[in-house]
Amino acid sequence: MSGVWLTVAVVGVGTAAIKALGPVALGGRPLPERLTNVVSLLAPALLSALVAVQALGSERSIVLDERLLGLAAAGVALWLKAPLLVVVIVAAAVTAISRLVV
Amino acid sequence: MEHGPSADRRHRDGVRAAAPLAVAVAAFGISFGLLARAEGWGWAAPIVMSATTFAGSSQFAALSVLGDGGTVAAAVSAALLLNARYAPIGVSVAPYMSGSALSRVLHAQLIVDESWAIAAEGHGRYNTRMLIGAGLTLYAAWITGTAVGSFFGDALADPEALGLDAAFPALFLALLVPQVRERRALAAALLGAAIAVALTPVTPAGVPIIAASAACLLGVRRG
Repeated sequence: MSGVWLTVAVVGVGTAAIKALGPVALGGRPLPERLTNVVSLLAPALLSALVAVQALGSERSIVLDERLLGLAAAGVALWLKAPLLVVVIVAAAVTAISRLVV
Repeated sequence: MEHGPSADRRHRDGVRAAAPLAVAVAAFGISFGLLARAEGWGWAAPIVMSATTFAGSSQFAALSVLGDGGTVAAAVSAALLLNARYAPIGVSVAPYMSGSALSRVLHAQLIVDESWAIAAEGHGRYNTRMLIGAGLTLYAAWITGTAVGSFFGDALADPEALGLDAAFPALFLALLVPQVRERRALAAALLGAAIAVALTPVTPAGVPIIAASAACLLGVRRG
């Protein structure tokens, strides 16, 4: 039981420190130009990695399942210029329905 | 600077953008509270963890390592490895976080993948007010969900049956699309996804995402 609380405490402090690192060390000042060019590509690189891992990853493997149908439906919704709320709902609904069917 | 009508609108925009996700986040909070309770964590520890860590995947990781009989050291390393991506993410928003060191520390705690993605304006620019509005919304949803799950989760549905696990990649896809209008950004996106997919079967969870951030080194070469 104390192992749980120790884990909660260390993960909490560690995560808070990781999140605060950049804003505390560099907060409010522009990054050097070299670094700006790199950091500006962080969003596309990480966002697409998150899409891939969350749509295809399962433990330590890549699986093609109903999530992919939901993501494809979200892609269609985006292409039709649907608002964010609709895109997210379409993805969840298509995934849920295909899980019922399969 | 934090006040006035335009500041209000921007915070509210963040709240609005995060609202659809808040439902999914709350549902996963419920399953975290429920699973933690089932693993003998009691009702307080899961809620304290959601309030202090606020990074869902790492919390599930710590829970499952301890549940499988792993050591505290193993649980902590798995969780912190998953959260290591918040170091480069923190650097990316740092130029837009002004204010005292204390306010920067507190605002930084509202950084999660979803609030950061919502705050991204393209070309490496971030809107801190969107980040705060979205972050607070998701934080409230995460803690509320965890509390509900740890008190009476049994009665509630499984988020996967509702397809809510697909809501997250759909959000990230929606926020990715406007980011990849130029060739270099598209190349970084494709490389990032390729790195993440290639490493998923061979590395512990968390490593594929951190490694994917290396794709932004394409920016070293200008133009």
